[in-house]
Amino acid sequence: MLGGDATLSEVFCPIATDGAAIGFVLAVLDMHKHAREKPLLWVQDRLSRRETGRPYLAGMTRPMQVIAVDVSRPIDVLWAMEEGLRCPALAGVIGEVWGDPPALDFTATKRLALRAETHGVPAFLIRRAAHPNLSAARLRWNISSLPSRADPHDQRAAGAPMWRADLFRARWQTPGDWVAHHDGEKLVLDHGVEASAHDQHRARA
Amino acid sequence: MSGEDKLPVLAFPSCKDATNPPPTKLEQAIAAMRAALENRPAIDRSAPATVAQDIPDSFSPVGVPRSKPEGPRSGSGRGAIVLAQGAVAPTKHSLPIPARDNTMRRITAIHLPRFAMERWLRWAAQNTLAPPDDLPVVLAVEGTHGPVVHATNRAAELQGIHIGARVVDMRALCPDLRVEFADISGDRVALEKLMIWARRWCPWTATDGATGLVLDTSGSDHLLGGEAAMLREIETRLSTLGLSARLATAPTHGAAWAMARFGGVRRICRAQDLAAQLSPLPVRALRLDGDTVVLLQRLGLKTVGDLAAVPRVSLARRFARAPLAKNPLLRLDQMMGHLGEPVSSPDDPPRFATQSALAEPVQDPEPHLPALCDTLCADLFAAGFGARRVTLTVFRTDGEVSQISVATSQPSRDPDHIRRLFDGKLERIDPGFGFDLITLVAAVAENLPTVQTRLEGGADDGAELGRMIDRLSAKFGAGAVRRPTLRDSHIPERREGWQPAMAGEIVPPAPLRTLRPIRLLDPPEEVRVLYGVPEGPPAQFVWRRVTHRVTRFAGPERIAPEWWADRPGTRLRDYYRIEDHTGCRFWLYREGLHGDGRGGDPRWMIHGVFA
Repeated sequence: MLGGDATLSEVFCPIATDGAAIGFVLAVLDMHKHAREKPLLWVQDRLSRRETGRPYLAGMTRPMQVIAVDVSRPIDVLWAMEEGLRCPALAGVIGEVWGDPPALDFTATKRLALRAETHGVPAFLIRRAAHPNLSAARLRWNISSLPSRADPHDQRAAGAPMWRADLFRARWQTPGDWVAHHDGEKLVLDHGVEASAHDQHRARA
Repeated sequence: MSGEDKLPVLAFPSCKDATNPPPTKLEQAIAAMRAALENRPAIDRSAPATVAQDIPDSFSPVGVPRSKPEGPRSGSGRGAIVLAQGAVAPTKHSLPIPARDNTMRRITAIHLPRFAMERWLRWAAQNTLAPPDDLPVVLAVEGTHGPVVHATNRAAELQGIHIGARVVDMRALCPDLRVEFADISGDRVALEKLMIWARRWCPWTATDGATGLVLDTSGSDHLLGGEAAMLREIETRLSTLGLSARLATAPTHGAAWAMARFGGVRRICRAQDLAAQLSPLPVRALRLDGDTVVLLQRLGLKTVGDLAAVPRVSLARRFARAPLAKNPLLRLDQMMGHLGEPVSSPDDPPRFATQSALAEPVQDPEPHLPALCDTLCADLFAAGFGARRVTLTVFRTDGEVSQISVATSQPSRDPDHIRRLFDGKLERIDPGFGFDLITLVAAVAENLPTVQTRLEGGADDGAELGRMIDRLSAKFGAGAVRRPTLRDSHIPERREGWQPAMAGEIVPPAPLRTLRPIRLLDPPEEVRVLYGVPEGPPAQFVWRRVTHRVTRFAGPERIAPEWWADRPGTRLRDYYRIEDHTGCRFWLYREGLHGDGRGGDPRWMIHGVFA
């Protein structure tokens, strides 16, 4: 499922300012073949850039090459993503769209999905302040932050981040709900049992 | 469409200075001594002339210049003795220096005798202010003693009004004279536009005074059916713009200038009959200023032939130190080709260019673009080059030029790629009432050797990435497609700069060992906080009207201002990594300390978001 065939995934953020979606998407991208030596195309529309900031490479888990495209309208995000998906020299294409623009309809997402599958470039559409309406994305996630793991060296500090990954729509598999984290190499999806145990552990602490 | 004509692919020969290093002081001194020993006159020709002749041609539109072996100076016995003594490096004179033949060019001069008046008449006709043909009109400029006539129309000329006279005198001569003020700067701008438009005939054009253009039409005339046909074509085109023009083609700039103004209609002068055709012209044709012309006439030298017949030494004694505009000898040398005077075009002519001449004016360049791209890329491929910047220019029928250009991040000669870069940009070209000539020019070209990246002949990854960057930059502008670069700073927002992806190689920033957010807010946003402890992290903060309760924190991490870059009074920052009750992780900082003397209470800002 993850790291397999390249396709279009849609990632929704219930809290717009949450950085969990970015961490999750980068972790998924790490699992694709040859993703580490290729550059990444990162397209942001104006509102996403203003409300949630720009990518900061000092905080990434590994060194990566980023080509950032700043556009003003959501339709330009789709155009730039399509251009990027045509180029197999990219590790992936990330597009950030704010709200529910009319340009982002079923046809547009289907174009993106087909192009991503044809050229083998994974595409991620990060949507904030948006409703999960009609879309042709093959995987649709809802990503939010969970309280992070304990820091072994500092009791009061937050440790490795954990995310709640809710796959609410999938084309080739059954949807599910996981607790996800990045173990330095790849994305790990656990089941909720562990997460609740983790919560209990935290509650005891 | 009459067919696709290709501008000549111009070869730039590499600079040959390596074989002729500039003479050192010692060599110059020895050459001067040798000249003194040979009893040659000291003022034979002025210094710049000698220098200009000795420099070999490194740049010619028509290939390697034809070399004319110059008699070696060291032929005399004394020179040979000097060489034998080893005072001079023997390479200096062992090879004959190739001298440039200045008469092998074909220069066309265009004289627009009524440019200012015709421009004004055109403007007046557009504003329905045009005077009747028989009304004398002059354009005036302010002189020292009141307005002076700058341009006249034909009716005024017939009344005896001449340029340079005072307007009050001329009004006495002709009471119903209409006086308008001339637009000198507007005329200059219009002439420069016309100069660009004249590139439709040849790649080298320059303005020549206030009422003239000069074109280097070497090797371009055959595209228009020979020189006579070319001159007719130029005159016809200019007359459709309402400009009367006098033209001439000659081997040198000076000769073409003289013939356009003082010769017959559309004169064409070959190199061999240069002297014969120029000798009857008046000395004014030498481009001298008024005082010098009067002086020459007082000396009895009325024509160019008279001047050429005078022994050179006697004239040189008189005019040796005169500047160019007052020096009849230098002007004569320029006219006869003894002294080089290339057409100094304001910008370099393109090396790779292709053009398409259309049978009648059209509005849309789109259908012609693929063929132009194919031809240009074939030329680039043949020369082993790739284009970095491609300009599409349309030459409008109303004397204007409109152009758009696209750039590539790495050299390319893929016709489909270059054509696609123009997508969505062709609407921005202003066709006016139509254009009848399109040129596609590789304004910047770089070496692009043919390479195979994979053994099985697969695609070149770098090229594909470059093409994508080109397309995105062409659509959104080069400033919108950027890459992060590492900068020498420890302030978080200054550590990473963004630079256009077209700019080429960069140093990508690597992750820091200390924890940093994955997103950085630009600029940082202020939050309202509730303190837990005065010098610790907040217990609660409000950001964008949402209250966040702090459950866990790490910090502080103090980042001091950069005193060499920040303005005085900038406060330090204490950064905290904070996790709130929903699990969201933020990067907050407190700007300053209590009582640090740099402002009031410290402010709290949010600077980033962790994954």
